[in-house]
Amino acid sequence: MINYLKNEEKIILSLRALYSKYGYLPYKMNKFEEYDLYAKNKEFLIGEGVITFTDTHGKLLALKPDVTLSIIKNAAESKGVKNKVYYSENVYRISGKTREYKEIMQTGLECVGDLDLYDTYEVITLAKKSLETVSSDYVLEISHMGILSSLIDSVSTNEEFRQEVLDSIKKKSKHEIKAVSQKYGIEKKKTDLLCEFISIYGEPTSVLSRLDKMDVNEEFKLATNELKELVALLDGSVSIDFSIVNDMNYYNGIVFNGFLSGVSECVLFGGSYDKLLSKMGRRSNGIGFAIYTDLLEGINEAQSKFDVDTLLLYSENTKIEALTKEIERLNNMGKSVSAQKSIPEKLRYKEIVEI
Amino acid sequence: MINVALPKGRLGEKVYKMFALCGYECPSILENNRKLIFENEEKGVRYFWVKPSDVSIYVERGAADIGVCGKDILLEYEPDVYELLDLNIGKCRMAVAGKKDFYDDNTQTLKVATKFVNVAKKYYSGKCRDIDIIKLNGSIEIAPILGLSDVIVDIVETGTTLKENDLEVKEEIFPISARLIANKASFKFKTAEIEKIAEFLAEQVKDND
Repeated sequence: MINYLKNEEKIILSLRALYSKYGYLPYKMNKFEEYDLYAKNKEFLIGEGVITFTDTHGKLLALKPDVTLSIIKNAAESKGVKNKVYYSENVYRISGKTREYKEIMQTGLECVGDLDLYDTYEVITLAKKSLETVSSDYVLEISHMGILSSLIDSVSTNEEFRQEVLDSIKKKSKHEIKAVSQKYGIEKKKTDLLCEFISIYGEPTSVLSRLDKMDVNEEFKLATNELKELVALLDGSVSIDFSIVNDMNYYNGIVFNGFLSGVSECVLFGGSYDKLLSKMGRRSNGIGFAIYTDLLEGINEAQSKFDVDTLLLYSENTKIEALTKEIERLNNMGKSVSAQKSIPEKLRYKEIVEI
Repeated sequence: MINVALPKGRLGEKVYKMFALCGYECPSILENNRKLIFENEEKGVRYFWVKPSDVSIYVERGAADIGVCGKDILLEYEPDVYELLDLNIGKCRMAVAGKKDFYDDNTQTLKVATKFVNVAKKYYSGKCRDIDIIKLNGSIEIAPILGLSDVIVDIVETGTTLKENDLEVKEEIFPISARLIANKASFKFKTAEIEKIAEFLAEQVKDND
């Protein structure tokens, strides 16, 4: 039988089963949301625009560009309670580079509420298991925004310098860090510290021991310890990379990215966004991730050689009852059937049956 | 196997020589033929020549794991890649040039002809200068001479072309040199190999200084 479920559809089904097992509930989102919500938090949607239109009452609406904001807006708050939801939605954005409209398939989950270390551990474990669902050849990288921000705070508070140096960290460019530091008159000792910092990545044990040797400030130590606690729970099956840079106005703690062998971009984005919540006037913590499932199209999948098993040719004179019976007979043999009166030009079939 | 995108032309040949000196030689590349892809299986490396401005596209999309291209391309297209090393070759600068007697008195919209639209926009918006961009694909120098534009934003190497056409550099925007770039996902799965190449190349950059 020809495979009727596409690979990414199968993956989405297994992901839903996985999240349900951990008590995450499905979340179905409205297609349109008031534009205000996104306007207030526009940097949250990294450099990408929102598609807007006015409704029949003249109110400005947005075609949902994101699911996270809507979920946290509605999450209830009470002590010790966590809202755990997962979703599988299409979101719509204006691409930052080409300025074209685009549709993105996302499957992900959010855990919002009174969170503790276990919740962070659970979410990252689920991110890991999600990647495993697709392929055993994957890399999950984690970072801690607190480590990055405390280090940069210790170097300079100049906003332009911070922006440029973050950009160099994102690109793993030592030579750029040196150039930027020179431009802003940063002393050599601090430049060396930044250069040392971006050369630290990979296997957690060695990364953490090198971080311990760096003498930056109290916040740096605190954040490093948080990362340590988490890594210890994760059993070393992740790698650490500080070139993951998310907006510091929203993300504060752990952030992570997932890569799959054979896909040339990052497929999983996640992190904890307590700062976003506090900006929205909430006391809760939040952590979540999304997988860009359209990037999984075609992964691990050999292109099938046929569109249908059987091309069933009938004529004007064929009785509909006979035709239906024949299709049923072929279906019962496990074959897919396309009934046609003449041979379509582009259809690829295994066999022709005429009646 | 590491796929390397090299920029066609003089810079690419220089870059290949640096790779060869690091032990990643692939002699067939120097043969004069029409082949596009060259492989040295034993060394685990495969080279291909592409148009210099396309190198970043091949790398960003993962068709090449690493590549070499000028900083001008990286600033124009802003690809999402790692920029691992400044190779310190192919040095030139991005500059504003115009006719010798042209003086920008800030009273009119400045007409700017360039291949590097984003670079020009960013530069002038940083100075809050109102400009009219004219996108050209080659022979940029001719634009101010014919009165198509007031100035051009282009790469200046020695300045000979400018001089011969009675033009001069008015402002420098940024220095340019060749950079080693890597696809972010490839870097995760081939970390050791890519690091090794970058280290070897860094050694040579030091020696060349």
